[in-house]
Amino acid sequence: MAEDYILEVKNLKKHFHLDGNRTLKAVDGLNFAIKRGETFGLVGESGCGKSTAGRTIIRLYEATEGDVIFNGKNVRKLSGKEQSKFNQQMQMVFQDPYASLNPRMTVGKIIGEGLDIHGLHTGSKQRKARVSQLLNDVGLNEEHANRFPHEFSGGQRQRIGIARALAIEPQFIIADEPISALDVSVQAQVVNLFKKLQKERGLTYLFIAHDLAMVKHISDRIGVMYLGKLVEVATSEKLNAKPLHPYTQSLLSAIPIPDPDLQKSRERIILQGEIPSPLNPPSGCPFRTRCPAAMPKCAETMPPFKEVEPGHFTACHLYT
Amino acid sequence: MSTPILEVNNLQVSFKMFAGEVQAVRGVSFTLNKGEVLAIVGESGCGKSVTAQTIMRLVPTPPSYIKGGTAVFDGKHEITTMKESEMQKIRGEEMGMIFQDPMTSLNPTMTVGEQIVEGIRKHQGGSRLKARNRAIELLSMVGMSNPAERLRQYPHQLSGGMRQRVMIAIALACNPKLLIADEPTTALDVTIQAQIMELLQQIQEQTGTSIILITHDLGVVAEMAHRIIVMYAGKVVEEGNVNEIFYDSKHPYTWGLLRSVPRLDSDAHSELASIPGTPPDLFAPPKGCAFAARCPYAMEVCLNKDPEHFRVSDSHSAACWLLHPDAPKVERPVEVGGRTHG
Repeated sequence: MAEDYILEVKNLKKHFHLDGNRTLKAVDGLNFAIKRGETFGLVGESGCGKSTAGRTIIRLYEATEGDVIFNGKNVRKLSGKEQSKFNQQMQMVFQDPYASLNPRMTVGKIIGEGLDIHGLHTGSKQRKARVSQLLNDVGLNEEHANRFPHEFSGGQRQRIGIARALAIEPQFIIADEPISALDVSVQAQVVNLFKKLQKERGLTYLFIAHDLAMVKHISDRIGVMYLGKLVEVATSEKLNAKPLHPYTQSLLSAIPIPDPDLQKSRERIILQGEIPSPLNPPSGCPFRTRCPAAMPKCAETMPPFKEVEPGHFTACHLYT
Repeated sequence: MSTPILEVNNLQVSFKMFAGEVQAVRGVSFTLNKGEVLAIVGESGCGKSVTAQTIMRLVPTPPSYIKGGTAVFDGKHEITTMKESEMQKIRGEEMGMIFQDPMTSLNPTMTVGEQIVEGIRKHQGGSRLKARNRAIELLSMVGMSNPAERLRQYPHQLSGGMRQRVMIAIALACNPKLLIADEPTTALDVTIQAQIMELLQQIQEQTGTSIILITHDLGVVAEMAHRIIVMYAGKVVEEGNVNEIFYDSKHPYTWGLLRSVPRLDSDAHSELASIPGTPPDLFAPPKGCAFAARCPYAMEVCLNKDPEHFRVSDSHSAACWLLHPDAPKVERPVEVGGRTHG
């Protein structure tokens, strides 16, 4: 592969062992790669394992199986020194701007903490200048450094979370539902900020969200997850114009378009039933219980995740 | 067709807090006709939920109090001055409410059956058996398989979508004339949201009940609503039917709202038009138009004087000085609503 991949995820699994010998297979065999400088969107409904995937990649969770290759190195086999470097290169922005900032620390301390840990400043003067610069970069101002998180609105807090992630000059940011707690007009502000920072700094994003319209807007490529598995990966244009997997098709059709004429004339696929419990997933293809195109063999084997068209992958027996 | 079921006039609701008075609703007026679906849209804190809960008299006093205005339900009930005992006869019987969070708005210690039966027996009396049969009927109407079995289950045994169906069944138990749905699908996944929206539409067609739909999701509004009111900082800034709001809106806030949502059918990689800043603090609402501080077209008059509603058509009005005959002509940004109508 000539492409420059910053991150490769190979057969990644994260299983949680619960009481009574039950296993929750939150992430069950993911394969995808992210190119340097792109935004990869990961979408799916609640409980599909998208957040667990993000947390496993950044090693907040230890993977059960499989490998994550970041900048050519397997992140599960890093030495202490390499681990510290990895921590600096990959950062995370969390969903809940209320819970993810320490209420007892000032904004300056929250943002500067990473600088201290990684020794990225030479003294308090430089540290202060750096924090002011970061606050400016995310659209806040330097006076904010002395305030506490509770003094800010949700959108402002999310900007603080972004400034914290940016402080140590990472190459790769995992954003886990960074805008779903915000109002629509503020969501647009934060998404535009993400895009601007990417352009300025050449960042790579893994953008995790359930809102397919927003993910399509920000991402170059998108992966769709269902019950711990990737069912489709394609560029965002392709995924929207020609979704292959029946789940992706129904997901796209379920999102109402804010245009009454279009919305009312649109043919919609309304899925029956609910997402099965990940504790007891269906045999074969996990989507078969709700799939309008299910065939007998879907119950028998999980369809392979294969490249149906160049750069367009899907796991469905319709294409095997 | 156009007999009003609810007429709200200059409704004002405030909360008395330690730090002062929060003017959550600052003079809201609208009319809801029989059989109509009216959507109230706006961002969090704009007063849409407080308006709806005041109509049901569900906001506790204190801290809240109705500062002024009227809300006449079904031509005869003046809600704002009603005693709690009178209100109890209407609430649940003639008005039903569906709350946002089906996880917390059902009683976890009662079975689904008990919760549905409770309302039926309180309002309509009758035997336990009769109420139980009605509950089974309701559960199958909201699309739950195996309804007799479901009656014995507790809320924690149901998924989010199923709980929302139970909520809808409870709200419909006494065939209400008015159904208030406060963010009914916000807590649900999109595929489940599509199911619940389809159900609400079916119910509306079958029973002809009027619905007030409160949401911030413009897609849901486009699908379900007949008429829309847009609220900002405790006031109605624009009102009109679906086409007027989506294709010919007049208020810059409505433009901003429509432009800030990414659409599946729009071109990617363009910048989203965000509205700069945040809504004003309702402890001390601004003197002029509440949106002026964030409005790209704000004029001097906007900062000093709150605009009245200017009529655009019989059904369409907006509170914006740009509609004043002397105001400079401002073209609506083309990308609003994606295209022009007609």
